[in-house]
Amino acid sequence: MPEVSPMDMPDVPMGKLPEHLELQRTRVLCASDAPTHTENIQYSGAYAMMGIDNGLRLDQFCKNFRVEVIRLTEDDMEFDMIGIDPSLANAFRRILIAELPTMAIEKVLIANNTSVVQDEVLAHRLGLIPIKVDPRLFAYMSENDTPNEKNTIVFKLHVRCERGSPRITVKSDELKWLPNGSEFSLATENSTANSTSKPKTYTSFSCSQDSLPIFTDNPIQLAHPDIIIAKLGPGQEIELEAHAVKGMGKTHAKWSPVATAWYRMLPEVVLLKEIEDEKAEELVKKCPVNVFDIEDIGDDKKKAIVARPRACTLCRECIRGKEWGDLVALRRVKNHFIFTIESTGALPPEVLFTEAVKILEDKCQRVIAELS
Amino acid sequence: MEHRSFNDPSAATFSLTDEDHTLANSVRFTLNQDPRVAFCGYSIPHPSEARVNIRVQTTGDPASEVLIDACRDLMQMCQHVRSTFDKAVVDFKMSHPAEAMNIEQ
Repeated sequence: MPEVSPMDMPDVPMGKLPEHLELQRTRVLCASDAPTHTENIQYSGAYAMMGIDNGLRLDQFCKNFRVEVIRLTEDDMEFDMIGIDPSLANAFRRILIAELPTMAIEKVLIANNTSVVQDEVLAHRLGLIPIKVDPRLFAYMSENDTPNEKNTIVFKLHVRCERGSPRITVKSDELKWLPNGSEFSLATENSTANSTSKPKTYTSFSCSQDSLPIFTDNPIQLAHPDIIIAKLGPGQEIELEAHAVKGMGKTHAKWSPVATAWYRMLPEVVLLKEIEDEKAEELVKKCPVNVFDIEDIGDDKKKAIVARPRACTLCRECIRGKEWGDLVALRRVKNHFIFTIESTGALPPEVLFTEAVKILEDKCQRVIAELS
Repeated sequence: MEHRSFNDPSAATFSLTDEDHTLANSVRFTLNQDPRVAFCGYSIPHPSEARVNIRVQTTGDPASEVLIDACRDLMQMCQHVRSTFDKAVVDFKMSHPAEAMNIEQ
């Protein structure tokens, strides 16, 4: 931004910020030394002296807020959120990572493990395997609860590598869902007393999970069938039962429903002056991610244009060197977020985001209820 | 929990348990956007304690009312974000039927 004396500044119509202040308010300026104007001005009276209300009008927010989906696949999505404050965008990101519940293996009952993988390492590996099941169908299990069909999913793993056969790789598809709960019976003192009734196991399911309408036609399975759990040599065996419960990412990352959830502000690349001919070609060469292109403007003249600003990583290669800082400006738009969600497979990414927004609503509701 | 002086309802500190930056920072934003607020801020007194203190000082209105309004604003913003997002997703699935098919598989 060139320095202008206050006396030479153009008149600004009422209700509008002067151009340079508007730029500082809405953009982060990325200069060759450091980014400037990185702060967000939240205070409603920040520009009161100029007769401008910086406050939030809900109807104004509703008018300006936009969402544009860029990419949506089974387990990842990218979308633009335009016209929102970073505090809210960050709240959604934090909730996605740490406060959305999923199901994950929490207890592993190992009956036999003669593999080279130690019990605790094996249990930890099992815990990290994503399970493809809607966590909203289950309840949290608190400390005093007994594991039942509403809070626990049981998987069985029994693999054996016979003597004389080659080594085998145990993959996650060997984990078999037990809709009737645990098959390991609890050791009791008087096991002969009630031999007629079912032996007590580690879970007390009142009904089979696959009799529930949701699971009859889509049985619970793991999100990926090809995750390597262990390798077995001849004569080695693993027999275990894994109990999955509902939890949140802030307790342990295995319950996080996203591989990553992140956002970046939209890069804005502006050519402050016409850049022509050799200079233009030099600029195109300078950029490692091909943000610029060359356009023919007739008479054998060429000029540089900004073709792909979204690809810009703000490496600042294009503003390196003496005069380049005056030719190209790198900025970021403060209220335009490119949001990316990578789901681990429990829920599709678009459902994850709406659930995250609902959780923030619940938090507000809780505060309102507490205070009134 | 609310901490304030008996004779001045316009300034108070609210101590919320089981909350963190997620809620506090968003509420601070909506509070700041309210012209009745003279000052607001939040702190987490100790990182291993799940508690956040939100300080609200207003130009005269009771601080608790202003905080409730801020929460309400935030909730309405969330609802709008959710409906806009759902609509954008539906629109995207309509305009990209091939990819939408893959999602259902």
